[in-house]
Amino acid sequence: MARFGNPMIRMPGHAKKGEVIEVRSLIMDPMITGFVKNKAGRIPPADFIEEVTVTFNGKLLMTADWGTAVSANPYLAFKMRAESSGTLRMVWRDNRGRHWSTSARLRVT
Amino acid sequence: MTSDVIKRREFLRGSVTAVLAAAAGVGLLRGPRANAATIRNVAGWPEAFGVKAVNRVQAAYAQAADKVLMESVGTTHVPVSSRIKISAPTIAENGGSVPVTVSVDWPMTADNYIEAVYMYVFHNPAPLVSEYHFTPANGEAYFSERIKMAKTDNVHVIAKTNKGVLMAAVPRKVKVTIGGCGG
Repeated sequence: MARFGNPMIRMPGHAKKGEVIEVRSLIMDPMITGFVKNKAGRIPPADFIEEVTVTFNGKLLMTADWGTAVSANPYLAFKMRAESSGTLRMVWRDNRGRHWSTSARLRVT
Repeated sequence: MTSDVIKRREFLRGSVTAVLAAAAGVGLLRGPRANAATIRNVAGWPEAFGVKAVNRVQAAYAQAADKVLMESVGTTHVPVSSRIKISAPTIAENGGSVPVTVSVDWPMTADNYIEAVYMYVFHNPAPLVSEYHFTPANGEAYFSERIKMAKTDNVHVIAKTNKGVLMAAVPRKVKVTIGGCGG
């Protein structure tokens, strides 16, 4: 029951220079809103990923600020223009300060 | 009456005035007083802003929507543009996971790019679903994610360029058979 973490990135391993590639990502997180009762009849406090930061070779590419209305086990796809080879790194941070990260390599030819 | 509202807001928020003036200057926005399509007169948006508020429930909803917009983009007058495309199912069986893809047809060059994209579902308890910040290196202002929807509603998107020009998407209605907020 991996309920948290296990971040994954799927993207092409190489690309032509200038090509716009799609990056897809997934992480396990229940995205608890703090509005809904659980099976025990209690309302668990909000526990969700509120920020995703994407960098490429250490340079900020994009950020996503999420609310509680993003579905559980959030999937995120975005685009990136391949200009140079390097490492794409994604960091997911939740409202309790926990964070998960993973990275993927891109080779530009 | 509409122009009175915008005047008051412009007075209160100097930044908004600057944005509108800058936008009018480059001819991208004709201003709220022209007959341009804005989120106040395009189907799918007006009910969020009390145009048809016939009772207190609708009025309260309109106020809440107004507040969310003011907090996120600082205005409730946004011109509607066909440059933003929202893809979502017409009918979503499970409101807990509705796939939504948004792309903005805009050049992503160093001095002219989409800086931020906001997505709203106004009937949700937390209407601002997500907020994306892009850089020119993205190549395209595009994202795809899965969202929760409390009930049948419109998905709304507003994009902002690095120069502060705002544009809104034509709302995309999603019919939800089982709401995504009830466990």
